[in-house]
Amino acid sequence: MTDQPNSFRNQPPAQANSLRQQPDSRGHFGQFGGRYVAETLMPLVLELEAEYRRAKRDPAFQAEFDDLLEHYVGRPSPLYFAPRLTEELAKSALPGKGAQVWFKRDELNHTGAHKINNCVGQILLAIRMGKTRIIAETGAGQHGVATATVAARFGLPCVIYMGAKDVERQAPNVFRMKLLGAEVIPVTSGANTLKDAMNEALRDWVANVHDTFYIIGTAAGPHPYPELVRDFQSVIGKEAREQMLKRTGRLPDLLVAAIGGGSNAIGLFHPFLDDASVKMLGVEAAGHGLDKEHAASLAGGRPGILHGNKTYLLQDEDGQITEAHSISAGLDYPGIGPEHSWLKEIGRVDYTSVTDVEALDAFQLLCRTEGIIPALEPAHAIAAVKKIAPTMGKDQIILANLCGRGDKDIFTVAEALGAEI
Amino acid sequence: MTMTRFTAAFARGPALVAFVTAGDGPTPAVLDALVEGGADVIELGMPFTDPMADGPAIQAANLRSLGAGTRTADIFRIAADFRTRHPDTPLVLMGYANPMCTRGPEWFAAECAKAGVDGVICVDLPPEEDPELGPALRASGVSLIRLATPTSDEARLPVILKDTSGFLYYVSVAGITGKQQAALGSIEDAVARLKAATALPVAVGFGVRTPEQASAIAKVADGVVVGSALVELVGQHGANAAGPVRELTRALADAVHGARG
Repeated sequence: MTDQPNSFRNQPPAQANSLRQQPDSRGHFGQFGGRYVAETLMPLVLELEAEYRRAKRDPAFQAEFDDLLEHYVGRPSPLYFAPRLTEELAKSALPGKGAQVWFKRDELNHTGAHKINNCVGQILLAIRMGKTRIIAETGAGQHGVATATVAARFGLPCVIYMGAKDVERQAPNVFRMKLLGAEVIPVTSGANTLKDAMNEALRDWVANVHDTFYIIGTAAGPHPYPELVRDFQSVIGKEAREQMLKRTGRLPDLLVAAIGGGSNAIGLFHPFLDDASVKMLGVEAAGHGLDKEHAASLAGGRPGILHGNKTYLLQDEDGQITEAHSISAGLDYPGIGPEHSWLKEIGRVDYTSVTDVEALDAFQLLCRTEGIIPALEPAHAIAAVKKIAPTMGKDQIILANLCGRGDKDIFTVAEALGAEI
Repeated sequence: MTMTRFTAAFARGPALVAFVTAGDGPTPAVLDALVEGGADVIELGMPFTDPMADGPAIQAANLRSLGAGTRTADIFRIAADFRTRHPDTPLVLMGYANPMCTRGPEWFAAECAKAGVDGVICVDLPPEEDPELGPALRASGVSLIRLATPTSDEARLPVILKDTSGFLYYVSVAGITGKQQAALGSIEDAVARLKAATALPVAVGFGVRTPEQASAIAKVADGVVVGSALVELVGQHGANAAGPVRELTRALADAVHGARG
């Protein structure tokens, strides 16, 4: 690694016509993104943008971010070649086919997922802005745990909004947040899931703008959130790019990542966007199937406005938001980060979806072939890898983001498999 | 300023602006009750699945309305029928960007104009995103009414006021609808600041529930907005809400109009 391993500024140099220069000055990625918030929040959103610009130029901010990622989070995370999974998937391939499968091991981060990268960056911004109280929304609880973690680390009070249904199905994470000193508020409006938790966090924020910083967990929300979350998460792709070059002397042929809001995917993809030879595949949650209940906003939605940005949303013809479903609480959201909507429209990234059942199969496959229990979110990426690896050449390289570990999901998986714990 | 229903309504002195959610309870009868009770301007809420700027009372009303099967077409039908029965009372549609923008701004603006809607308040559409709705509304002669808040400083105010018409809605607390009321002193200061910057009438809302509160605000502002208290009555009385709504509106209207010089 270089002497500045984690810096979110230390990225491959931008080219002319670079795809890495979005959003525009008004926070738009093509027609997507923007700042669709109540007027009360506008001055704060503008202030956050100005502060983020200053932080980006400030070597001290950079140094503190890098230091925390290295010594607190445990970065860089390993880049891992998965020999037995590669072999297993090659069995069903024609001669000469069966691509190598590699993983970026962000499940080895402190707190067990990629979410912490972004939380470290945002709490440093909160402190720069003199904010003294932290709020966040969470679905599976991974972002809630990561937020509670950094709030404890910096001694700030923290309130986490979580849908009542998710509080129930993610009890271990609720307890972890409480151990870390956070107050967890179950949200009982709407469908009691992530979207409703985000509504409630926005209600808290608008009433407490003077002292409160909202740590948004995915690359969505009003500008500048999609940009800054992406920048903080880009450490994933930036490390992976250097590691792959160092290990193999070449770039991967295909990147694969699961997408709920899309922060782990944009974090992996973004540093590679100008590498024309690198294909990318985002994997949405098809739930029970795209013709039934699912959470695939790109496959089953259309552009609309929610939670501060314009992006693909699951909605009816009147623009009422419809309920998402996925076995993975972290993908159970009817929208997607606006940069993904743009990358889909310009055709730079391909998007597909896999069902609950396919994700469960892939979950078990990784456990048995590599001795790694993945979270249900990256299990969706692995399911897509399972389909595509046998169609690619033996000398080709797939790099998938293993963005979280599966400890939190064992109860859900046990229930789905009909096992008793 | 051209003569509109708004200018006429605010010219009489402090005005009562009354909010209810469309499709929650017997909306046509409730709207009639608001006018009969003395409301000067009507805000008709467009229900949305994710009303993130609203408190519990209006959230519940949104869900009741959608649960009863309210569609956007029903809301325009309610508005058009209201306009036939009440040719002079200004009618404002208030709601969130997605239901308003989903068929395109031109469609929405044309439906508003056709139904006799005078103005639109779009909670999550700040001036920065004006192109999403503003140009189409203005071209159709429908006012886009913007919100000023306690966080609107000297730098922000001109941005908000540009292209705002009808009246200016002052959200008196940084927060959601139906919660606490701001101190009267701070409202008076804020309204004075706003009136120094615009010739538009300034209506004050958020947290106003009783005739006493309404009367006090009417002494310092051009209008008083009451929403959650009325919406709660609709929730409580359902199909029989018109009577209680008329009664509360009358008490509020008397208090507001009593403050007229």
